[in-house]
Amino acid sequence: MTPIIAELAYWQETVLRGLVGLVAVLLPTGALVYMFLFKMMSFMQSRLGPMEAGPYGQLQLLAEFGKFLQKEDIFPSKADRFVFAAAPFVVLVSTFLLVLVLPGGPDAHFVDLNTGIYFAMAVSSVSVIGIMMAGWGSNSKYSLLGGIRAAGQLIAYELPLVLSVVGVVIMAGTLNLKGIVLAQSDFGIWFIIPQFLGFLIFLVSIQAELTQPPFDMPVAESELVTGYMTEYSGIRFLLFFIGEFATAAVFSAIGATLFLGGWTIPFVDGSSEIMNWIGPLVLAVKMVLIAFLIFWFRMTYPRFREDQLQRLAWKFLIPLSLLNIVITAIFKVVF
Amino acid sequence: MPKVPGMLVGLGVTAKTFFKTVFPDGPTGPPAPSKGSHTVQYPHVKEAPPDRARGVIALHHDNCTSCMLCARECPDWCIYIEGHKELAPPRRAGGKPRQKNKLDRFDIDFALCMFCGICVEVCPFDALFWSPEFEFSELKIADLLHDKSRLADWMETVPDYPAYESGSEVKVKKLPSPSS
Amino acid sequence: MSTETTTEVDINDIDEVDQLRYVAARAADARVNIELETEGMTLNIGPQHPATHGTLRIVARLDGERVIQAEPIMGYMHRGYEKLTEVRTYPQVTTLINRIDWVGSFANEVPFILASEELMGVEAPPRAQYIRTALFEMGRIANIMLFLGDMPVQLGGVTPLFYAMRDREFVLNQIESATGGRFHPNFNRIGGVKDDLPAGWIKETKSAMQRVRDFCDEMDDLVTGNEIFQSRCRGVGIIPADVGKAYGLSGANLRGSGVDWDLRRDQPSPLAWKDLDWKVWTHPDGDSFSRFWVRLQEVRESSLMVDQILDGLPAGPIMAKVPRIIKVPAGESYVQTENPLGVMGYYVISKGELTPFRVKIRTASFSNMSITPWLLEGVYVPDIATILASLYFILGDIDR
Repeated sequence: MTPIIAELAYWQETVLRGLVGLVAVLLPTGALVYMFLFKMMSFMQSRLGPMEAGPYGQLQLLAEFGKFLQKEDIFPSKADRFVFAAAPFVVLVSTFLLVLVLPGGPDAHFVDLNTGIYFAMAVSSVSVIGIMMAGWGSNSKYSLLGGIRAAGQLIAYELPLVLSVVGVVIMAGTLNLKGIVLAQSDFGIWFIIPQFLGFLIFLVSIQAELTQPPFDMPVAESELVTGYMTEYSGIRFLLFFIGEFATAAVFSAIGATLFLGGWTIPFVDGSSEIMNWIGPLVLAVKMVLIAFLIFWFRMTYPRFREDQLQRLAWKFLIPLSLLNIVITAIFKVVF
Repeated sequence: MPKVPGMLVGLGVTAKTFFKTVFPDGPTGPPAPSKGSHTVQYPHVKEAPPDRARGVIALHHDNCTSCMLCARECPDWCIYIEGHKELAPPRRAGGKPRQKNKLDRFDIDFALCMFCGICVEVCPFDALFWSPEFEFSELKIADLLHDKSRLADWMETVPDYPAYESGSEVKVKKLPSPSS
Repeated sequence: MSTETTTEVDINDIDEVDQLRYVAARAADARVNIELETEGMTLNIGPQHPATHGTLRIVARLDGERVIQAEPIMGYMHRGYEKLTEVRTYPQVTTLINRIDWVGSFANEVPFILASEELMGVEAPPRAQYIRTALFEMGRIANIMLFLGDMPVQLGGVTPLFYAMRDREFVLNQIESATGGRFHPNFNRIGGVKDDLPAGWIKETKSAMQRVRDFCDEMDDLVTGNEIFQSRCRGVGIIPADVGKAYGLSGANLRGSGVDWDLRRDQPSPLAWKDLDWKVWTHPDGDSFSRFWVRLQEVRESSLMVDQILDGLPAGPIMAKVPRIIKVPAGESYVQTENPLGVMGYYVISKGELTPFRVKIRTASFSNMSITPWLLEGVYVPDIATILASLYFILGDIDR
């Protein structure tokens, strides 16, 4: 990768990075939506899902895109126009910022930050602002309820998310995502095994960060219609939808990087040149594995009530993740 | 044996349904979700409704004497009948000419019909029959008014009456032979 | 909450433009203060809403996430049944009343037909009574299976609904093979049932009942055993037994509060329940979980009852001797039965003509809804969905 990039002019490199970034976010999103939302959900419910658009419904996403494109762009009458219009973009910005630090291979990354995972955790909180903007800007009581619930929930589950990652950071000794991956291949085992508790807390936290059932109080369909997204239609709704699944894809990829060894496969040297080409595919497979878990939980469980949700985060997950950090630190120092 | 937490058992149920849908012939068979799912890909595949399903009403002209009982008993008054009397030749030579009813108009408006079956049941001459056909959607509501000839065409789709369960004392009815 | 946000000024001391500005500022303050009054945001749930099972409107005043006061407003689906029955003949009324509780539909016809038979002095033969009971119980199974799938959806779990719909199809197919209609059988006649069962129906129905039992086991695994479901439902919407009886609740809502009352067992009826070996399920807790649990057990019990009915089906005619044109003699009669939603009763007044003089329909859901203001006070907003789902009403039953 590096030799090719070095030959291009700066503007050409920027365009290439932009395109690759778009593809890196949108392609996994589309794959996840088709595989899990359309097909896996349908098979779990004894039905087939979309079958008409394309072979086995593979072009359904294209059809949905076209459908949303031609819908009327509705603004509620007393809505705050700027806030209402900007909210989906704020949510998407956080996703695109997240994908910046994701390494697909030893040199296949956009930016190699030394504080990679710290940056990722910080930037993922930006979506909270977007959701609250949507809830407030819609001038609808249902949206407001959804936005406020989202604010409480997302902020509550930030902490277990960050703390569960600290265990991995302690074991790897670095915040750099590439360093964490290489540390896993140096250790010889993926961090999911020594950090199993951290992995479970991470899974629960990203389920809550993505507002997926059982943590989808902000989008409680049977009470709030679609919560903070109620008043959106057309392309703006599609942007929220893409944001939800793109964030799921990116969080799963981060989970794969932290716990499942990133782009490395066993018995192959992690920093060899060939991994620049195979690495993204390996990462994609691992991302699909973690996304499968996320969506499996989504299909099976009813949702928590807001107070039960908060109780779970503050009184259960945070002490547990602190315990995880203490045990990891003890092991690191003693052994 | 400690009890498995209910949440894990629930995951097992969805996973089991997933595998039963994708691999209906067991783990050794090929993946065939179209066969394993409980849905039918209409309109490529059509499921036949039971024989008694109340799909559409068929009219056997020869039996109808325009007695108007069905039009009277219909809860929605969706049957429109007009008829007149004609003189038919006597049965034997030297007899009186017979009066026969001739149907001019027998329309059933399926936009109003509740598919209750009172007309079929109440007809004393067995001129109306149920047919399980249900695919007669139209683009215009006015086309849902089926006239005499269309109702006669539905007679071809009327299934024979099946036998009853054991212990029944009801006689199985027979369909009339196709009219000329 | 103080309303003094501007200093008091004597309005006659300033010129006109400033006067207007001053008045406008005071008005704006007052408006903001009213909206900031934490005595409630009024939220209108329905009549178009995913949680209200139809066109029900609930006006709730909320304080944050707590309900201060909730009031149901019914009548968006009123179709004027009782007026309609004054100008329809008895077979036509039978057709129409199928559509009151459109899910457990056979059960709607039975009390009316029984009341009319009482007035006519006619009794249906035993085979007809057995067939009626079998279809009644199958209507109950279809109705409650819808509930078992629908309540988890109100709580957020989408999958049980599909299992319920999938397995309900088998029951509906059996109802259709016997009567011709999945949802509106229109099969009862004064004096018996319309037609006999087609050959092979008993065997198919028994396999459908086995599927229903397998579905109940699946619901036990997926829903009642689920800790999230339990924590959402246990302790939510507790109805004490005496309060329930005072508000006129019936059916599984009362049995979920520990009241052991079921009209099938406690009231003499010409239908075949007295010949069967079955039990009434109750649960002492009285919360939403117990109502769900009681209905789950009732479905299983009903499927076993259908098996018993079909095993013991007596041979014989299916229709008593009744005249072709039904004219019910003058008199009044009230018959109520244990319908899937609760107790449904018909009070038929006849003056000896072709049409009834007056039919008063006592529906279960209308009385079940009366407890809603009492029950919804002080609960969280998500619990509104849980409680309404667990009370289980059908809008056609409320509004008629």
